[in-house]
Amino acid sequence: MNALYSLLFVFLLVLIPLFGVDAAHMRTFFGVCIPTTAFIIFLLGFVYKVITWGRSAVPFRIPTTGGQFKSFDPKLFPQNKLDCPQTGAQTFFRMVLEVFAFRSLFRNTAVSLHQGKDHPVVAYKSSKWLWLFAITFHYSFFLIALRHLRLFLEPIPFFVNGLEFVDGLLQIGAPTLYLTNVGLVLGVLLLLGRRLTNPRINYISYASDYFPLFLLLAVALSGIYMRYYAKVDVIAIKELTMGLVTFNYVVPDAIGVSFFVHVFLVSCLMAYFPFSKLMHMPGVFLSPTRNLPNDTRAKHHVNPWNDPNIKPHAYADYEKQFGVPMAEAGLPLDNPENGVAPEEKA
Amino acid sequence: MSDIPKADELFKSIDYNPPTTGWMETPVDFSPGRWCYPAKPEKMEYMESKLPGLWGPAREWLPSDEDWKLPSNWKEIVVNGFRERLKKFRTLQLFMDICVRCGACADKCHYFIGSGDPKNMPVLRAELMRSVYRGEFTVAGKILSKLTGSRVMEEDVLKEWFIYFYQCTQCRRCSLFCPYGIDTAEMTMMARELMHLVGLNTNWIMEPVSNCNITGNHLGIQPHAFKDIVDFMVDDIEEVTGRRVKAPLNEKGHEILFITPSGDVFADPGIYTFMGYLLLFDYLDLDYTLSTYASEGGNFGSFTNNETMKKLNAKMYAEAERLGCKWILGGECGHMWRVVHQYMDTMNAELQHSGMTTPRSPITGTVFDTSAATKMLHITEFTADLIKHGKLNLDPSRNDHLRVTFHDSCNPARGMGLLDEPRYVLKNVCNNYFEMPEGTTREQTFCCAGGSGLNTDEIMEIRLRGGLPRGNALRYVQEKHGVNTMACICAIDRATLIPLADYWAPGVGITGTHELVANALVLEEGEVRKMDMRQEYLPGFEDEEDDWTPPNMEDA
Repeated sequence: MNALYSLLFVFLLVLIPLFGVDAAHMRTFFGVCIPTTAFIIFLLGFVYKVITWGRSAVPFRIPTTGGQFKSFDPKLFPQNKLDCPQTGAQTFFRMVLEVFAFRSLFRNTAVSLHQGKDHPVVAYKSSKWLWLFAITFHYSFFLIALRHLRLFLEPIPFFVNGLEFVDGLLQIGAPTLYLTNVGLVLGVLLLLGRRLTNPRINYISYASDYFPLFLLLAVALSGIYMRYYAKVDVIAIKELTMGLVTFNYVVPDAIGVSFFVHVFLVSCLMAYFPFSKLMHMPGVFLSPTRNLPNDTRAKHHVNPWNDPNIKPHAYADYEKQFGVPMAEAGLPLDNPENGVAPEEKA
Repeated sequence: MSDIPKADELFKSIDYNPPTTGWMETPVDFSPGRWCYPAKPEKMEYMESKLPGLWGPAREWLPSDEDWKLPSNWKEIVVNGFRERLKKFRTLQLFMDICVRCGACADKCHYFIGSGDPKNMPVLRAELMRSVYRGEFTVAGKILSKLTGSRVMEEDVLKEWFIYFYQCTQCRRCSLFCPYGIDTAEMTMMARELMHLVGLNTNWIMEPVSNCNITGNHLGIQPHAFKDIVDFMVDDIEEVTGRRVKAPLNEKGHEILFITPSGDVFADPGIYTFMGYLLLFDYLDLDYTLSTYASEGGNFGSFTNNETMKKLNAKMYAEAERLGCKWILGGECGHMWRVVHQYMDTMNAELQHSGMTTPRSPITGTVFDTSAATKMLHITEFTADLIKHGKLNLDPSRNDHLRVTFHDSCNPARGMGLLDEPRYVLKNVCNNYFEMPEGTTREQTFCCAGGSGLNTDEIMEIRLRGGLPRGNALRYVQEKHGVNTMACICAIDRATLIPLADYWAPGVGITGTHELVANALVLEEGEVRKMDMRQEYLPGFEDEEDDWTPPNMEDA
């Protein structure tokens, strides 16, 4: 049901610009107002959320360690510098691998139960599907976003041109088919399929898990449609996009409606982003179990709200309470008075 | 344990397919056996007098009752406490926002693996809290409640928290596999802080906490009794080795303060580990003292709230100052080491007296810069260093009757990175050492299912279910290599792994690492040891003078 709601909702979102541009002729509204507003919401929301996280204290260093820590004898017990970093540089590399290679996800296993010969067996095997789906999707999306810079920058940076060349290397069809376009659609479909078919994942999925996937799929398909089937006027589009960047707004007549659908969906994605789980993108950088070195025994670290008034139960009180039996047992006392029973004192 | 199904039946009852009803609609089972007993009112009153405002109303109640006798403004307390902690802990704020429910953690939890209960999937355990976060604190959650999986704080929600946040051992295995490092242990800690505010707790946590504050240890052992127990162990060591060891208690002017979990003072097989420490220190003529006041390394405060964790931990530095010790040596314990490693210096550095120094082994001269801030060293680091420098005369063949594997305790493994030192020690004191299968050891180790205050018998079935992954890996090496002993470096393990092994891998015994060290330690040249530390005759010495029948075998 959650998936169905999300799918229906994305259909509705597609209808809005179709109606708005075709029937209501609100070209400036959909070409300028909506994307600008969405971008502002994205930016403010994103920054607001990251600041909220940043203002939240990190009282304790609690890295999750995977592998041997830096021991007193690094030769005898070699440190796993990536999973159990002790320095800033080591932690940096841990994070680089985390962010760029999804390293923790790469470690994923799947559990299964078997009836062995005469007793049960719990088996674990490496399971890299989620890693593969996720990395296909994320890299495709990232490269596509980079490619889109050609619409917002003049002159076009060399790396964008280079990227396009590599991306279109297979030169299938005309216009050239980009590998990342295939990767994005495939990645989203695989992630979606996993969510729909794996009973456990399905069980934990909300509409807010399906919605971004359907939305991304719609964004990708509308983009592909625009490029390969509708064959929109790229020169005109660049005129519009450059206008957005330079605050010199123009909406050329030559732009077809499919472009507005695409832009509207992207705008929805941008506006939705800061309020959703998509914020895992900036969040991964801030995770205290990953981005801190494991050096708490070696270096002092300050908890901003540490309460120095919390003191241990005083030894003096302890000795007052147990002094008599302590004295009888021959345990040393700080204050010999405590070892004298009240009746003896009297 | 009579109503607990046999291992095979229990195994067959595990179903990984979720129920047909959504998780919010699936009712929670509050039948006995599903929860730990709540704290006795006097324990709560005592802690309220020491740390006011953290404990809610002291009262008699049971989770199976309809009315949990919550304070009338309980909802306000919980929601405000939640808001406050979002600011105090970035982990909480971040982990509430960024989970994508990818499910990578789902089958990593030992409780899920052994029960199939979807609310034991770490993702869903955290959703019990996240749903409330969205419903109470986010705009989107307030508007689109169902679609975003949000709900407001209700009594049923709180009751559900009680069941499932006391069904998490804070082992952090899920955190290792999470692409964002989301740590369910951290959320469990927060949820428990909130539940404590309104008086939802368990006696198996609150009684040790209050005991520890009064007597210095969880078990409430008073100083004179503590001395009796230590004297008793000294006698036993003499029985085994012929050597009368020194066991200094509360003595001033020694270089080292030794602190270990009190579980090792009290019960089998921990006491043999404790005897191991005493024998080793005497052999080295180490300048150390034990303390009855700081007679606990474990810190059940960390299962209540960070204030209590700090208060209980503070005793270690306070006692080091009073006795004038330069540094602290810590025994084999799991969560104690997580607290010492990750929290101690941050919480209590100002209590460290100026005379404390970076730990330096008086035997080998090694300076342990790795503990420069806390001034506290793990016993396996200390012993590994001794072995490396050839300072111990060891006869590993004395452990030849044992075929040993090693259980990594979750906290030293995933909260510290202490993996190789205990293995090095073990391989030097026994000839038959075998690793459990990959994926169940080191940082991927499985919990004993009794950590974080769950080591209590009223939830035995839950513990045995949670113990399936560890027990099954043990069974594997038992069959493949004839393993009959599982060593560990955690006092809770030494207590919880026994029923677990009896159930899932019958015939495997549990031991501390330093028990095996003591077995192998040759005190003087030509020393012949006929018994191990358990006073069981070593192979080849069985019949000698053995005309004694244990009392419990007389009727047999």
